[in-house]
Amino acid sequence: MTTKTLYDKLWDSHVVRYDDDGTALLYIDRQLVHEVTSPQAFEGLRLTGRQPWRVNANLATPDHNVPTTSRPNGIEDIDDPIARIQVETLGANCNEFGLTEFGMSDNRQGIVHVVGPEQGATLPGMTVVCGDSHTSSHGALGALAFGIGTSEVEHVLATQCLIQKKSKSMLLIVDGQVGPGVTAKDIVLAIIGEIGTAGGTGYAIEFSGQAIRDLSIEGRLTVCNMAIEAGARAGFVAVDEKTIEYVKGRPYAPTGENWQKAVGYWETLHSDPGAEFDAVVRIDAASIKPQVTWGTSPEMVVAVDERVPDPEEIEDATRAAGMRRALEYMGLEAGTPIREIGVDKVFIGSCTNSRIEDLRAAAAVVKGKRVADSIKLALVVPGSGLVKQQAEAEGLDQIFTEAGFEWREPGCSMCLAMNADRLAPGERCASTSNRNFEGRQGMGGRSHLVSPAMAAAAAVTGHFVDVRELN
Amino acid sequence: MEPFESFTGIVCPLDRSNVDTDAIIPKQFLKSIKRSGFGPNLFDEWRYLDIGEPGMDNSQRPLNPDFVLNDPRYQGASILLTRKNFGCGSSREHAPWALADFGIKVIIAPSFADIFFNNCFKNGILPTVIDEKIVDELFAKSGDVEALQIAVDLEAQTLQLPDGGMLNFEVDGFRKHCLLNGLDDIGLTLQHVDEIKAFEARHRQAAPWLFQ
Ligand code: SF4
Repeated sequence: MTTKTLYDKLWDSHVVRYDDDGTALLYIDRQLVHEVTSPQAFEGLRLTGRQPWRVNANLATPDHNVPTTSRPNGIEDIDDPIARIQVETLGANCNEFGLTEFGMSDNRQGIVHVVGPEQGATLPGMTVVCGDSHTSSHGALGALAFGIGTSEVEHVLATQCLIQKKSKSMLLIVDGQVGPGVTAKDIVLAIIGEIGTAGGTGYAIEFSGQAIRDLSIEGRLTVCNMAIEAGARAGFVAVDEKTIEYVKGRPYAPTGENWQKAVGYWETLHSDPGAEFDAVVRIDAASIKPQVTWGTSPEMVVAVDERVPDPEEIEDATRAAGMRRALEYMGLEAGTPIREIGVDKVFIGSCTNSRIEDLRAAAAVVKGKRVADSIKLALVVPGSGLVKQQAEAEGLDQIFTEAGFEWREPGCSMCLAMNADRLAPGERCASTSNRNFEGRQGMGGRSHLVSPAMAAAAAVTGHFVDVRELN
Repeated sequence: MEPFESFTGIVCPLDRSNVDTDAIIPKQFLKSIKRSGFGPNLFDEWRYLDIGEPGMDNSQRPLNPDFVLNDPRYQGASILLTRKNFGCGSSREHAPWALADFGIKVIIAPSFADIFFNNCFKNGILPTVIDEKIVDELFAKSGDVEALQIAVDLEAQTLQLPDGGMLNFEVDGFRKHCLLNGLDDIGLTLQHVDEIKAFEARHRQAAPWLFQ
């Protein structure tokens, strides 16, 4: 028997056919749908008179455009008329074609990548797609999950398949244990700092090693979420007991006889000993400290106890020019200690870090403290209605609001600033999201990516600080 | 989709690496439920001096004279020359829609982000991966008094320079076929309905929980 990587297993079990040139038609088990990248796909179906191939394979929820302030009247509470049309259009399309939608007033609504795993709608061994690049998140469950464009959303709706070429495989081993206070977010930022934002281009990355196995499923979701920021369309982690324990009992998870059968299969979802990869990268977990990005690309990252790097010390002229541009945009001087950088706003949320464990970690830092006077706005935006409900049951909302944070309704919010939550030009933000691109959180806004605990620490001190030294 | 034909076009040099999809088409324009009309907002934040919002009359907005797309030499450009990792960031297909709507047919760069690369082909745009050193040379040439013009031949997979130089590029056979013939992927896939159904039946047998 040949040895296979996890990627081989996930891939091979979904190939419908190969073309002569090796292009595959790949069967898709689950498609998640949101309001921004789907309207043109549904429109395409209508124009060609096509119907969804398997309507139950899809699950929809609005997330990018929804307001996060109180919204008792659902869609009526969206002020921006264009955003409202988009959310309404999603509802109308789901109705017309028969897709299940968790609408704005449903407490299961939330960010697609939080909702999928939470519902058990994304399961080990599945192929999962969504018109959103952070679909890589779902790989945390041992699934092959990747983002697609709108034409492909339509293609999956109409055929339940995608035309795909297999990527190369990378094994990314995070050896050993991370120190206390170092989180999944720090691990993945350190990985991107190491291999660069194009380091994973053309690869599907299997994250492995003790530090990854030690993570909870939520931590793995954070790591796989940002595989795309390392250039890889898909990132995943082998199935273990934690995966199976996580899935058990979720609304869409199998039960009874099917559960037994599924578990038997899921237990095979790991790379065989001796399986070959196209690339292997090793990172030492013990060397990872809490990370803070300083520039306009996630690879522009350093540890919190370091300084903003100096482009004059970089030989590669294109890279140095990129750094200069980033420093100018970010309003930073080379050589400034990260800890001396003050922030204006704090955002805890996004599909990277808005799950219950993230909120618990942030609340633990905030408890009994106050948001610093210099902070204009500190936001906590749970990833879904159910996360919000759970956090409230644990009293986390109290901890945040007593400290001076705003406690919001679920959605993408200030991760991409399509709704009203955004930075003003020049404002600096400690953000738990995944992208620090120019203008990402509002035109002229300056984003620093950090873990939830580090964002909370910045909120209570007004500047970046090593969360391990707080208290 | 229109079939991709040979043409000669003006090269617009965008001298930046890691140009992300947020820069190509800022998110406020993603609220549209249409597929066309994104061209005037291509590179909006770099191209105009004010803040762009959907529904504005773009012809009345102040242009940024320092941005290359506004340079009179490059008006009517259909070829974009840029640096590595072009199109990184989100999966939004609005990025190639905006480029296509603006009139870009070919992008030359040392590397592209995967999803963007894929989305280009679905919208009649040909992304070509060209060695970094040659890209450097093309940048040097396109900074001249007159814009550089390149003749693109997809059938022969060549880029012909005015000085007689000829560059070859690689392109996946299937994608080339689809571009040349203007083929729609869905129609092609639906030619294999029987195979999809047969696969689905086997898959249901092996993993019934996926079909609950
Ligand atoms: S939270 Fe941010 S990254 Fe995640 S899906 Fe929403 S906009 Fe995209």
